[in-house]
Amino acid sequence: MKKIVKTININVDKCNGCRACELICSAFHAVPKYSSNNPARSRVRIVRDPLRDVYVPLYAGEYAESECIGRDQYTIEGKEYDECGFCRASCPSRDLFREPDSGLPLKCDLCDGEPEPLCVKWCLVGALSITEREEEVDGEEVKLTEMEIGLESLVKRFGAAKVADMVAQITKDKR
Amino acid sequence: MRYAETGFNLEIDLSKGSIERVATDPKLSELYLGGLGTNAKLIWDRVGPEVDAFSPKNLLIFGAGLLCGTPATGCNRTIVSTISPQTKLLAFSMMGGFWAPELKYAGYDKVVFRGKSPELVYLYINNDKVELRDATHLKGKGAIETAELIKKELREPRAQVAAIGLAGENRVFYASIEQGRSSASRGGIGAVMGDKNLKAVVVRGTKDLIIAKPAEFMELCDEVLEYIKHRADNPIPDVMPILAGLGSPQEMKETDEKWHTENFNWGNARDRRKDFWTDEVEKEWEHTMEKARTRLISCYNCPMKCGATISMEGLPTYMMKCFTKLTYTMGAYSNLEFGLKIAQRATEYGVDGFSAPQVMAFALELLENGILSDDDFPGMPADNEGRFYYLLDMIVRREGIGNILADGTYWAAKAIGNGAEIYAHNNIKKTEQLPLKLSMLNPIYYLMYCTGEKINITQIEGQFPQAPYPTMEQREAFVKDWIQVPDDKFKQIFLDWEPRGEKSMPHYPTVDMCCDIVDWQEKMHYIDDALGQCAGLSSFPLKPPYHIHNYPKFISAGTGFDMDEAKLTEAAKRYRTLIRAINISRGMRRADEVPPQDHWKKRFPELEKELLDAYYKLKGWNEDGIPTKECLAELGLDYVSKDFQDRGILAP
Repeated sequence: MKKIVKTININVDKCNGCRACELICSAFHAVPKYSSNNPARSRVRIVRDPLRDVYVPLYAGEYAESECIGRDQYTIEGKEYDECGFCRASCPSRDLFREPDSGLPLKCDLCDGEPEPLCVKWCLVGALSITEREEEVDGEEVKLTEMEIGLESLVKRFGAAKVADMVAQITKDKR
Repeated sequence: MRYAETGFNLEIDLSKGSIERVATDPKLSELYLGGLGTNAKLIWDRVGPEVDAFSPKNLLIFGAGLLCGTPATGCNRTIVSTISPQTKLLAFSMMGGFWAPELKYAGYDKVVFRGKSPELVYLYINNDKVELRDATHLKGKGAIETAELIKKELREPRAQVAAIGLAGENRVFYASIEQGRSSASRGGIGAVMGDKNLKAVVVRGTKDLIIAKPAEFMELCDEVLEYIKHRADNPIPDVMPILAGLGSPQEMKETDEKWHTENFNWGNARDRRKDFWTDEVEKEWEHTMEKARTRLISCYNCPMKCGATISMEGLPTYMMKCFTKLTYTMGAYSNLEFGLKIAQRATEYGVDGFSAPQVMAFALELLENGILSDDDFPGMPADNEGRFYYLLDMIVRREGIGNILADGTYWAAKAIGNGAEIYAHNNIKKTEQLPLKLSMLNPIYYLMYCTGEKINITQIEGQFPQAPYPTMEQREAFVKDWIQVPDDKFKQIFLDWEPRGEKSMPHYPTVDMCCDIVDWQEKMHYIDDALGQCAGLSSFPLKPPYHIHNYPKFISAGTGFDMDEAKLTEAAKRYRTLIRAINISRGMRRADEVPPQDHWKKRFPELEKELLDAYYKLKGWNEDGIPTKECLAELGLDYVSKDFQDRGILAP
């Protein structure tokens, strides 16, 4: 079967550092949609250090259960970037790509259901663009819903039994 | 439940070191909107006319605009309000950048400072955790340097920092508050911050800001984005390039400075150099700019790239926007290389880029004309550029003659005497202005210069073209898609307006037309300043995406207030009148409402009187510029009326 692979092309040379991508991402993923704004909930974050001319939009990737054993620190053309600055993982070592209140992991979903990701639509300076291509894949793809992703991470963090107990408890309380 | 705003202010008493989180009255937001409007209400209520700029009773308010932090493109401004040491009136300088949205996300609309700290401190707001922290180790540090040091010591690279440099610490009357790529510079608000022993205000926020009607609000935002794209593809024809697009004048992007360097005045607003822009200069300046500029940058949630990161060889990197690019260069009759270099030091010191170079040029004129002598400038280098660095250092340190010059040209001239007053020639209400000297009186600009309480022309003008178009075809094309006009009569005025002849300046537009044009232009700026919207996408350029027809919808959808054009117009008039009332209570009168004395060569005293009379009448002010009882009653400002009657400003 064929699958569509979407690529967000990030041209850091064009980034003006305005963070519209962060803002609109947080608004789109609010419930109800667009009801609240909070860049700390965004699934795209700009690694941003104006005086050193560092502007790198970074998209939330996979949830990592535990920290890496080591850390990495990049220096490119004499510019020093933050520790683990280019890592996309939602990881216990830092608050990036986790909900600020619950700590639940965040992951970019390319604004599922929209004609294009909103970060791309709102980036009028052209730092973000999207291309699609078709790729041949084996077998049926299993697509996880947002709730499944969230629950799975909770199970990973607290164990299945504890999550099941909590769900039962909350269900009982609600009644 | 509050929408678009948080409903809480922070009240900081620096004398006691106390911090309170105070719920605000939603009714006040409906009446005065937010930002400047509610700032003015706090000043009126709590800072009486007897309170001096450097009194502990003076408030220093950092107010986020009503819609800051929402997805409204370009809505990111912090409005800083206090009593100015320079004008002794209300100062309400503003800054773009990233500070105001961050404050909203931390859960506050304003930070209100009172009192004076015994030691140098900074305020750190991190959501619910708010603390005053020792800043004695930051004494004397540059404003940008301070921001970097604070972010490092807090281990919070995403914090936003508004800080003062040495000029603010030493209460220079034109000291600014710097915030990365932006600054609030006019009126000496940095001096008030320094007087309060407050080095910086640091904020980090990770909370939600809620919108009342999300779907409607997003639709409006989408329309604005589409219109910005439309305007980028369709620059306005027949005007000079800096007026054709949106945003602040694109000083960082453009390298062609023929217009500014040949039309604005050099030195202490003295000389026009009509043949300055030669091929050689063009080549040199283009090279300087391209080498210096690392990147064009923006404020929060805005695609306009009005700022730039500037790196001059051997100097720390800094950020700049707009016209500071040329003020030092032209003040010193020097080149762009010098201007960009000295601006680095001036930015770290934190001084206003309009006033500082003019004060220095003024000092050198006094020296040349024997009003000051070499003894007043001990150790001053002989070379021109060196003298400017010397003066800048003396001023921000308040050393020797610098201590007098630090009060600005108006007060310095008074202190120096001996005929110095005539050299302080480019002021309005004691504040240095753009160095522009013109021939024929422009009645629209006359009114804006006289009556503007922002005391800065670029913060009042916009919307209506600065000059008529030569042909009817051009005019018709211009008015065809002029959706921003509040009334179609403005289109007719523009169609009939001729470069010369009967229907030309100064007698056309007529007095009443000029009043309406100025009233419209000013109103849009005042709305921007309450919402926190940058003038660059609204009140400043021609045909902007925000205007009187979509603003009420933005406010309704954002805040949930029941808002329409009439109510918005009334709200803007309410706090605009309140600002006038604050200044009237501080002694401002008609006699103070004059343009810089030599701004125009050809003046028309009778017409000017007629203009001011008619404008005051339209605004609901009496012939001395004081809001009348009827006007105040209509706007629900009876408390002002009563105060004025008690103080004998209005007859009972």
